[in-house]
Amino acid sequence: MAEPFLIGEKMTGGYGAADILHDCTLAVEKGQIAVIVGPNGAGKSTAMKAVFGMLKLRGGHVRLDGEDITQLSPQDRVRKGMGFVPQVNNVFPSLSVEENLEMGAFIRSDNFKDTMEQVYHLFPILKDKRHQPAGELSGGQRQQVAVGRALMTQPKVLMLDEPTAGVSPIVMDELFDRIIEVARTGISILMVEQNARQALEIADQGYVLVQGRNRYTDTGKALMADPEVRRTFLGG
Amino acid sequence: MTLNWRNIGLFVGIGVLFFLEGIWDWKIGSDASEQFTIFAGSWNSMLVIVNLCLISSIMSLGVNMQWGYAGLFNTGIVGFVALGGLAPVLISSPQVPEIWVGGGIYRLVAGLALGVAVIAAAVALYGRTTGRTRALSMIALLVGGFFLYRAVLDPAVTFIESNNPATYGNVGGLGLPTLLSWPVGALFAAVAAWVIGKTALGLRSDYLAIATLGIGEIIIAVMKNEDWLDRGVKNVIGIPRPWPVPREIELQASSGFQEWVASMGWDPVTTSTILVKLLYGSLFLTVLLVLLWACEMALKSPWGRMMRAIRDNETAARAMGKDVTKRHLQIFILGSAICGLAGAMLITLDSQLTPGSFTPLRYTFTIWLMVIVGGSGNNWGAILGSFLIWFLWIKVDPWGNALMYTLTQGMEDGSTLKDYLIESAAQMRTISMGLILLFVLRFAPKGLIPEK
Amino acid sequence: MDFLNALVAFLNFVFIPATAYGAQLALGALGATLIYGILRFSNFAHGDTMAFGTAIVILGTWWLQSHGISFGPLPTALLALPFGIAVTAVLVLATDRMVYRYYRRVRAKPVIIVIASMGVMFVMSGITRFVIGVEEIKFSDGVKFIIDPNAFKAATGLSEGLALRGTQLITVVTAAIVVAALFWFLNKTRTGKSMRAFSDNEDLALLSGINPERVVQITWIIASGLAVIAGTLYGLDKTYKAFNYFSLLLPIFAAAVVGGLGNPLGAIAGGFLVAYSEVGVTYAWKKVATYLLPESLAPDGLMQIISTEYKFSVSFAILILVLLFKPTGIFKGKSV
Repeated sequence: MAEPFLIGEKMTGGYGAADILHDCTLAVEKGQIAVIVGPNGAGKSTAMKAVFGMLKLRGGHVRLDGEDITQLSPQDRVRKGMGFVPQVNNVFPSLSVEENLEMGAFIRSDNFKDTMEQVYHLFPILKDKRHQPAGELSGGQRQQVAVGRALMTQPKVLMLDEPTAGVSPIVMDELFDRIIEVARTGISILMVEQNARQALEIADQGYVLVQGRNRYTDTGKALMADPEVRRTFLGG
Repeated sequence: MTLNWRNIGLFVGIGVLFFLEGIWDWKIGSDASEQFTIFAGSWNSMLVIVNLCLISSIMSLGVNMQWGYAGLFNTGIVGFVALGGLAPVLISSPQVPEIWVGGGIYRLVAGLALGVAVIAAAVALYGRTTGRTRALSMIALLVGGFFLYRAVLDPAVTFIESNNPATYGNVGGLGLPTLLSWPVGALFAAVAAWVIGKTALGLRSDYLAIATLGIGEIIIAVMKNEDWLDRGVKNVIGIPRPWPVPREIELQASSGFQEWVASMGWDPVTTSTILVKLLYGSLFLTVLLVLLWACEMALKSPWGRMMRAIRDNETAARAMGKDVTKRHLQIFILGSAICGLAGAMLITLDSQLTPGSFTPLRYTFTIWLMVIVGGSGNNWGAILGSFLIWFLWIKVDPWGNALMYTLTQGMEDGSTLKDYLIESAAQMRTISMGLILLFVLRFAPKGLIPEK
Repeated sequence: MDFLNALVAFLNFVFIPATAYGAQLALGALGATLIYGILRFSNFAHGDTMAFGTAIVILGTWWLQSHGISFGPLPTALLALPFGIAVTAVLVLATDRMVYRYYRRVRAKPVIIVIASMGVMFVMSGITRFVIGVEEIKFSDGVKFIIDPNAFKAATGLSEGLALRGTQLITVVTAAIVVAALFWFLNKTRTGKSMRAFSDNEDLALLSGINPERVVQITWIIASGLAVIAGTLYGLDKTYKAFNYFSLLLPIFAAAVVGGLGNPLGAIAGGFLVAYSEVGVTYAWKKVATYLLPESLAPDGLMQIISTEYKFSVSFAILILVLLFKPTGIFKGKSV
């Protein structure tokens, strides 16, 4: 089997002395959506942060497009083509929407106007509010700014930490639609989701983590169909 | 403090410095006009330093309480010290009979009471009203109250200030024992601390620093400008000495003392000055030891443990149901009161109040330096730091001059560089104190005697 | 006529001096608030940075004057400004390298950095006195009056003379230019935006590839520039005395806190608010009132609310009111 585009393999580590992750493996193929679900405290966000280099691994590797990036800092991973949208504090509140996008493209020295147009095309509401401070937008709009900001580097992989936390169900559906659209442009998506059912519906690959370990790994559809998974994690 | 060789060594080291100051007459320079004292070789000079070290130690204990126990950053120490220094003037100075006739003093008291009442009413009103009513009633009350206050107070002030301004011109004192003024000084500082603490505590630490910086400057401004209170920059002199300290002249005149000095074969003048300083010193030492004991007890008590718990993790302490702001207020008042006490003692030692001498450099930053160098959170450290820093404070000036003198020995007389270097020695104190702070903070942030 | 006299007196003794003072405070507060926004601590050394920079400007002025160079009707000090800013920026950057950078690395609590800034203040004030001494220095040359009070009286026939000193006009014009340039930089340039982004959300700025050390350095340079300009204008308008700049700390902090720490626009508003309150409260209004009120109502006293010695208590009162009722400042600043 060919290696996935991005893979965090057998990752072990944590913030302090105690490990949170144990031999955890996450992977995503090009242009596909991989979703991490699991109960509270399962280490979902931690696992994703590990892939992005925000915590030090004691064991395991992270490879992007075949290249070992385990030792790289998050900033360097951004340069390698990874985009990350944190769960909270993911915009610059006093900067306008447009300035937020500009800051997303900070490391680019080429002309990023086209990319900005693509983002506006993807999230038309942002174009209308381009001069408004991001801090004044609604929760859903702010998430769009956050995703847009991460897209400005033209990443090959986009990582989202609970993008739908705290937004209404309608907004959530819309956000998921956009995420599918992003994936269609060839960008791989790795995301952590609290709303497991809806997330697995759009997922090509699903990971169920429990206590920092892989519990179930399968396609989104298969996981949804698995009675055991449904009973334990999806509430019936 | 753990009783280990290192800590004992530190105290012994400081002791040696003071011993040298007393015993070793070492001056650099050729003739009298260009002499710089490395050590004075005079017990009098040593005791002058020691007495101020003792007072500084008390201030440090107060600041250490605020910073070391609770992590509160008070930059207005100078104000609390000065306010404490007001107490000997008001409590122990002789009464000025003229102002007690004709009702001037009562009018003054009434005016001040009115001022307090207006503020109290404003606070009460604020809690009871809302919206536009609140805004309007507050403005009416404060503006009206202010003019009423001035109307009552101003004539009294004029009356008091016009009373023999060359000698008095102020309210004078109550003529009570000087020792009594010490706790009153603490009380003055405590009241000011309560007001400022109520406002600025519970906000982020920077704000307390800025607010206390302000209150410090305002207290000094009041003391410099309110002549009716303390004669302002005209200074108050002749504050009586505390029991049991006699005046040197009285001592020299007493026959018992003369006989005793003669029998020992000592010089009566030197002996009397040393004796007076020793008496002062033992008074200060007594207060210091009592406070130190109390502080140590407090630090070991459940209260002290709670304080440190709050300092180390405020959020966790809050989550456990501790009223952090209230505890902070408590310790802020206590620490400031101790500074006020030390201020009263300082004025008693000098027998005069010179508001112009209260500068933040001398009384805020130096005390901070003592606490940080000694070891934040450690009472023994605060004392060690006080002795070390005050000794250096006194000595950096002559030592700097001696250094510049030595450096410029080879240079031609009258060369610009030589003059410049010699002149600039005056800035050595500020720079070296700043550098000490920066170095200790960076390389030994726990100070000479780290907290356990 | 009396109304005009009152107006002129008001302009002369309240509005014009307070506007100039407000502009100086605003520039000082801008520097302090920028440092707060980016480095997240209240810089107690800011006043002494102003004192040091102004000292260097004075040295530059003297050097220029000794070479017979002048700036025509404008004070020579303006020519020496770039030199003063450059020297100050070098000193401040060196300070950052030797002192503050370490505390950033170890992520020290803000209060520790504040204490360190106090040490820097000590050293800087020593260096300033080392450089220029403690004497009071007048270094303003150039045109003294734009509007001469006597000429004004003669021309208008009013009994009040209107005075507009050259330094006052220069202060306001310079401040306006500097503020415009600063806002252009912050809002229009990539570097300026990255500074605002860093101030908004440090972690996200790091993720976006913004180099924190570079942002910090630029902040120090800009803050030095603002401090030196503010200090020089203040020294030109009044006189130069190193210790006075320490006393400016309180009104500057008050202005910054009132406007919301970290908010540049707020710092400017705060600067003027503090200045107008200070001058308004300490001015003896008797003169204005005498013109306006009929003779029977003429005031007995000076109509001065508090004496000038207490002008700093005005900043303090404003500070306390803001802390009590709106700790984030009038324009939303950083969290309390």
